[in-house]
Amino acid sequence: MSSGAAVPTPPPTTPGPHAEAGTVVLTAADISRALTRIAHEIVERNKGAHDLVLLGIPTRGVPLAARLAERLVAIEGASADAALDPQAIVGELDVTMYRDDLHRHPTRTIGATRLPASGVDGKVVVLVDDVLYSGRTIRAALDAISDLGRPRAVQLAALVDRGHRELPIRPDFVGKNLPTSTSERVSVRLAEVDGDPGDGAPADAVVIRPAAGATAAEAGA
Amino acid sequence: MSSAATTTYVLRGARPLGGEPVDLVLSGGVIAEVAAVGAASPTDAVVVDATDLVALPGLVDLHTHLREPGREDAETIESGTRAAAAGGFTAVHAMANTTPVADTAGVVEQVWRLGRDAGWVDVHPVGAVSVGLAGRQLAELGAMADSAARVRVFSDDGRCVDDPILMRRALEYVKAFDGVVAQHAQEPRLTEGAQMNEGVVSAELGLAGWPAVAEEAIIARDVLLAEHVGSRLHVCHLSTAGSVEIVRWAKGRGIDVTAEVTPHHLILTDELARGYDPTFKVNPPLRTAADVEAVREGLADGTIDIVATDHAPHAREDKDCEWAAAAFGMTGLETALSVVQQTMVDTGRMTWADVARVLSAAPARIGRIDTGERAQGRPLEVGEPANVTLVDPAARRVVDGAGQVTASTNTPFQGHDLPGAVVATFLRGRATVLDGAPVEAAEAQGVRA
Amino acid sequence: MRHLLSTQDLSRPDAVRILDTAAQMAATQSREIKKLPTLRGRTVVNLFYEDSTRTRISFETAAKRLSADVINFSAKGSSVSKGESLKDTALTLQAMGADAVVVRHQASGAPHVLAHAGWLDAAVVNAGDGTHQHPTQALLDAYTLRRHLSGTALAAPGASGPDDAAARGAGLDGRHVAIVGDVLHSRVARSNVHLLHTLGARVTLVAPPTLLPVGVQTWPCEVSYDLDATLAGDTAHGGPDAVMMLRVQRERMSGAGAGGGAFFPNPLEYSRKYGLDARRLGLLAEHAIVMHPGPMNRGLEISAQAADSPRAVIVEQVANGVAVRMAVLYLLLAGSDEAEVAGAPAAATAPLAAPVPTVERVPAS
Repeated sequence: MSSGAAVPTPPPTTPGPHAEAGTVVLTAADISRALTRIAHEIVERNKGAHDLVLLGIPTRGVPLAARLAERLVAIEGASADAALDPQAIVGELDVTMYRDDLHRHPTRTIGATRLPASGVDGKVVVLVDDVLYSGRTIRAALDAISDLGRPRAVQLAALVDRGHRELPIRPDFVGKNLPTSTSERVSVRLAEVDGDPGDGAPADAVVIRPAAGATAAEAGA
Repeated sequence: MSSAATTTYVLRGARPLGGEPVDLVLSGGVIAEVAAVGAASPTDAVVVDATDLVALPGLVDLHTHLREPGREDAETIESGTRAAAAGGFTAVHAMANTTPVADTAGVVEQVWRLGRDAGWVDVHPVGAVSVGLAGRQLAELGAMADSAARVRVFSDDGRCVDDPILMRRALEYVKAFDGVVAQHAQEPRLTEGAQMNEGVVSAELGLAGWPAVAEEAIIARDVLLAEHVGSRLHVCHLSTAGSVEIVRWAKGRGIDVTAEVTPHHLILTDELARGYDPTFKVNPPLRTAADVEAVREGLADGTIDIVATDHAPHAREDKDCEWAAAAFGMTGLETALSVVQQTMVDTGRMTWADVARVLSAAPARIGRIDTGERAQGRPLEVGEPANVTLVDPAARRVVDGAGQVTASTNTPFQGHDLPGAVVATFLRGRATVLDGAPVEAAEAQGVRA
Repeated sequence: MRHLLSTQDLSRPDAVRILDTAAQMAATQSREIKKLPTLRGRTVVNLFYEDSTRTRISFETAAKRLSADVINFSAKGSSVSKGESLKDTALTLQAMGADAVVVRHQASGAPHVLAHAGWLDAAVVNAGDGTHQHPTQALLDAYTLRRHLSGTALAAPGASGPDDAAARGAGLDGRHVAIVGDVLHSRVARSNVHLLHTLGARVTLVAPPTLLPVGVQTWPCEVSYDLDATLAGDTAHGGPDAVMMLRVQRERMSGAGAGGGAFFPNPLEYSRKYGLDARRLGLLAEHAIVMHPGPMNRGLEISAQAADSPRAVIVEQVANGVAVRMAVLYLLLAGSDEAEVAGAPAAATAPLAAPVPTVERVPAS
């Protein structure tokens, strides 16, 4: 503004990481299978989809939560008396304002927080994120949830757990445990967020690269 | 009181008024000889290499604020007159808005005496028109005129003599001793709370506007008053195109009016207010580019008679604050000649002879200090008092307020690269500035008048 | 964003970002627990040289909702008359470790001086300076306008409330706003003219010629002396989508006021020619809204019927003020200083930054 310093703008959402060196550790089919398995585990752990709320953490936790909700409805739809609406059990939880590292980065754009109409009070909330790393995002998410209500329980689902936890946090449901070094970058691409790469490669993928060249798709927390 | 200097100077190869080089010999307080280059060789003379330097008669400022008595934290008569010498001046008129106001013979004599003791330039106090500058009652103009200071210029500068009756009386009264009223033209009701020129910039900045008409209306009234009572009027620091027009009209009509413009109004515009830097807060305010062009034109064609600095030093705290709280004014003694060179000489609109007219001869004549033993503003001719300024027109310098001689730093030209430099100043044959630096009192001990 | 001093400094992306952030802030303010931990450990000083309980409380609420420590510094008397100089006050605040200084000052440009004189490292937010700028007021006005003049709010006049979803990312393109009253002395008008223009709106200033500044012709707006004609609209353009009434001080009419006074003959004539009353309310398009920055002079620039009509969004403006000020404080204080000093787009230097704003989307099926 007055200083002439630019207000940081969100980076483009097209990642193009496939053009860079990297190892695909999960393909689209792997991701789909992992999500299906997690959905079954959630149902098993909670003895059904009753009272479940899936909250995706932006950016890529949101479509993952939506995909999980669809699978839950598909699994439970056969047995449940009342047909579940995936929209009714999924929401998104922006944790930006609860982060403890705001001072370490340029100003972050605040995302939306949207809860299902039923709210979170007395529910079992499953937090959904793409990559679990230091655990700080989840710490922020737990604070954010407590400002929104009092769930009966909070569980955590992550597509990838890359280790290096800095807080006593562990996931309840994991798509893939991925041993990494801290210098490596783990990128998750999802069609809903990152679009079609347009070169015939599948939209969905998890890629691991040796440091640098990271994009916005990289999940650092 | 004779100011006979003991040293004889030969200014070798100086160019009087920018003309052909000559040797100027200064001896016994007067210009003793004007000779061909190398021809002058008096014994025991100090030879100053003045090759390529322009020689001007010592500059005369009709409008200086020396701040003493009262605000010695901003400037003293000693520091202000030394700054004047550094700027090439040999005489200044010290404005009356001191504390106490210079509205009695006692105060003007004190200022005059302090100026004489300092010895850098001749200090001619300006007397207040009204008691306390309040605009109600005439000050003792006659007593000030008869005092040792022999005051001839009267002004409530900083305030306008807006009461038309008081202005008429003052114009009439000073005729008795050939005085002049120097009016600060500012209609007070039109400028209540005013902060800067009223126009596009003030509208945007939300600073209360100072319309051009507030200056022009007073000048128009005053020239008509001067005509009616047959008096002499001087218009201080006019700043607008309209003011130039009115003075031009008045002169065409034969009215005895003179006018001055400041160096800053010759070059700076109200755009500078945009950063809210109070350095650029001045009264009258900086105007538009069109006004700058008009005052240059007026100065070139003689409508405006003189350039006067309105040197207004201020203590740092009076400028280191929000705009509305800041004092009006900027320093100018040490940059005036450079600004005139840049705007008028280097642009081809004036010659160095014109510079001598507007910065020496004309102000001395208006102030009635152009005759007698201590005459100022005289031609560079044999037998005239040796008031000489040597200027290097090819020099350039970057202005730094902290490095100036004046005690204050509120120069609007901070960081500007200006042409021209004063190399030497001689007051009645005595060097007050040599090699661009004031000749300190210790060196000049015993030779001061 | 280092300081917020004037809406003239805001580019369109800057402005839209503030409004979008304000929308997210507003969403948190309908919760039971309104307080966020975002600015924990940061200190916000409200430095008020003028009494303005509304603005101070709004900033104070915004800072507290973000968990900042708030210090209210009410500087009675100014360096113009008496008391401590602005510089010494600034040095004091610097020593206290202020991270942001929200300043209200009667002198135009005082926030600019605070921000640039080198006395203070804190971010400076202009909360109204003299007759210069009041940028957060303009931002809250723009935010209010955007909610009411986007999407369904505009398409179905009167039928529905504000449309926050349609407003996200939007400007005010094609909208027409009339700002009526004492433009000369109004920092609100100055801020709004530039901001609304930046956001694509067309602005008409309506005032008696005495209450328009010399130089207004260079502003990016139109000027009218006739309120009825402006409200009725012309053939090329319809009437305004919003009317913003400015406060008129009664003392301006007298011949003795500051700046010369005598701006209009008397309050009755002012009301007749420039007041928003029931009849003029009837001239407005069905979707048009009525705004006022407050405090109102009922019966002078706005009648009770207009102030209390369903079109008036005056109370909502107050609520939106908190959200907008939260957004401004967030954007000024939440990020690191270092990354933005370079002036380069910060996202380029720190890939982890700034996740894309989420948009609600239908999951792929």
